[in-house]
Amino acid sequence: MKRKFINEAVIEFLSCSSNESFARSAAACFAAQMDPTLNEVEDIKTSVSEAVTNAIVHAYPESLGKVSLRMRIYPDSVLEVMVKDRGRGIQDVQQARQPMFTTGGEERSGMGFTIMESFMDRLSVRSTPGKGTTVVMRKRIAPRVKK
Amino acid sequence: MEIRETAADRNLLLEFLGDLDHHGARDALHQAERAIDAALPKRLVLDFSGVTFMDSSGIALILRTQQRMQLLDGSLMVRGVPPQARRVLDAAGISRLVTIK
Repeated sequence: MKRKFINEAVIEFLSCSSNESFARSAAACFAAQMDPTLNEVEDIKTSVSEAVTNAIVHAYPESLGKVSLRMRIYPDSVLEVMVKDRGRGIQDVQQARQPMFTTGGEERSGMGFTIMESFMDRLSVRSTPGKGTTVVMRKRIAPRVKK
Repeated sequence: MEIRETAADRNLLLEFLGDLDHHGARDALHQAERAIDAALPKRLVLDFSGVTFMDSSGIALILRTQQRMQLLDGSLMVRGVPPQARRVLDAAGISRLVTIK
């Protein structure tokens, strides 16, 4: 059975690099209602930045396309972030997730997925060449003891 | 992203100010390379005290400038790394490859 989320926000934007900071700030603002620590906010911002940058650099290398960012909160204090594009897709997802692997040239480090994996609890990447890529990340925001 | 350059006696200091993401790092990398080629430093210091956010784009910038310094037989040091950027470097294991103070 699909678990029910208790809140959701969906944003769609063009794959301009200036939207990287917009996307990570939007994710941080949405997550703020879960009362995350500063470190948790930074983990979310960094992971969203990586996923959105991938869509901008790799999904639409020579054009502008639409990127959607969907954020959900589940009852057990889990934040789910989905970044989806309808771009070129990834030929070999397993290879793309390897540290230091990149097709992005000297401007890229090949560490994007590694960082998403280490800053979030779960990462799933689905891609169909020619159709697009969907990245789903989940992170549990530990409830803080109220004073 | 803004970079302040200070060069003296084949020492080059590059101070980075702003967000070091893909949007900011593209121009930053080119400016850093131009500054290195002009100064031909023996010692390069990248000062990240003014970095407000960094993702893996910053790792690419550090690794590229390090390659350039190896060609010049010079040294590279990264200093003033804020906590968020530090965690990105640690997650990627960069502290094993580059001197970070």
